[in-house]
Order: sequence, then C-alpha cells, then structure tokens
Amino acid sequence: MSLNESDKAVVRATWSKISKAADVIGADALGRMLCIYPQTKTYFTHWPDVKPGSAHVKEHGRKVMTGVAMGVAKIDDLSAGLLELSERHAFQLRVDPANFKLLSHCILVVMAIMYPKDFTPEVHVAMDKFLISLSLAISEKYR
Amino acid sequence: MVEWTDFERATIQNLFSKMDYELVGPAALSRCLVVYPWTQRYFGNFGNLYNAEAITSNENVINHGKVVLHGLDRAVKNMDNIKDTYAELSLLHSEKLHVDPDNFRLLADCLTIVVASRMGSDFTGDVQAAFQKFLAVVVSSLGRQYH
Repeated sequence: MSLNESDKAVVRATWSKISKAADVIGADALGRMLCIYPQTKTYFTHWPDVKPGSAHVKEHGRKVMTGVAMGVAKIDDLSAGLLELSERHAFQLRVDPANFKLLSHCILVVMAIMYPKDFTPEVHVAMDKFLISLSLAISEKYR
Repeated sequence: MVEWTDFERATIQNLFSKMDYELVGPAALSRCLVVYPWTQRYFGNFGNLYNAEAITSNENVINHGKVVLHGLDRAVKNMDNIKDTYAELSLLHSEKLHVDPDNFRLLADCLTIVVASRMGSDFTGDVQAAFQKFLAVVVSSLGRQYH
C-alpha cells in the first residue's frame, strides 16, 4: 500500500491547507490519544501533567507535527528522509510501534473535526496511507 | 460484563438520540468502501463502485448504510448485554455473509470519523473515548460467534 503520485499530490495539497494549524492539531491529537488509550501515558511519566491542554502536551504535539511536516517534505523517500527520527525512536525512545497507529487515528479524527468539508473520503484515504507510511519509516531502524 | 460509567452511558444515549441516521449511516459505509477498498469484496452485486463519487452516490450503499447504522440501535438499548444481543447477528455474519470480523473494526473507525466531523468540538476526547469503547464492544460481540 505505498503512496502513488495521486496520493502524494493530495497529501501535499492537504498539508498546505492545514499546516498553519499544525500545532493545534498536534496538541489535540496527542491529548486525545493519552485520554482514549491510557497505556500511551506510560511513555510520559516524566511529565507532571498529561491532561489535554497542558503545556507539556501542547509542546510535544508541536514536536510531533514537525515530524509530520518533515514527512510531507520528504514524501518521495520517507525512509531516507526520516532516518534520524527513526534512529531516535529505535534506540532512545523505544516507543512500541503499535502506538503509531493510535496517534495516527487521533490525527485523522482531529482533521475530521477541524476540516469537516475538506476531509472527504479521498483525502482520508491519502492521509491514512501517508501516516501509515510515515509510521513505517519511523519504525525502520527498530530491528 | 462490560462496566459503563454514568458518563459513558449518558454520552452514548445522547449521541444516538441526536444522530441523523439517514446521513451518518451512508456516509460511514461509503467512506469505509473508499478508504479500505478491499471491503468492497462483500458488495459485488451493488453495481458501480468504481470510484469515490460512484460509491457515495450508489443507492445500494446508501440504503445499506442506513440498515447498518440502525443495527446499532439494539446495542444502544441493551448496553448491559451487547454480547447476547448480537449473538444471532454474529452467526449470520459468520455463517451466511462470511465477513472477516476485522472489517467491523474498519467500519467503526469510519463511523467515528463521520460522527467527529458532524459534532465538531463537542466530540471531545472523553466523548470519543466513550464512543470508541461502545463500538469496540459491538465489534467484539459481532465477532464472538465465529467458528
């Protein structure tokens, strides 16, 4: 299920529409994930507050979306483009890759909430494929 | 036995009382057929499913979407015994329709997205958690009688 040229075009066009709200999207998606899938909180025990809207959640949501932006920029070769991020997740952070799909799902839900008219089924499928490909590229260096 | 908090019960009742079945059902099913195209395997006799527009405007998809969403009513009315409520439907999907139960999860995800797009900011993290928990129980019950 790799990205074809049509998918990439949709992802780029969608990103240009939503990128200015990236921080808000990231914060909301991360907050939702921590709330809906409590097991994900195990990675953030060093934060005093994991509630949606907290400073840590906001800052980290922003960081995550910076990674997504990088993915859009390097969409033609995600594995190479995200090599450093993959190494960080593999050797330092060691986030179980099963969690990537949980966050991806929350990102899609936030997009549906914020852009109900733009988040058509066609945009949905392209973004779903993109986030899956991104997750795969981040998992690249795990083993 | 699934344990529901007062908030979860109230959220589910509230969500479904306000749901526009005629719009949400077809939207969720057609989205599922577009986003996860392999789900089209069960609808070979539905006619033109060639592209997103054809799927979304397909009369059979629209009608079936309404049927599927109304199917959730039984769970909404019997939240304390969803497993038994769907025992027969589960057998039907297994023995007659031969639907891979993973598809229920895919449709549930599309339903979440459609409801989110309609509710906007009212679809908070807590509401989403309750809705997804409810759908997870439904999905599990529908797969329960497979053998």
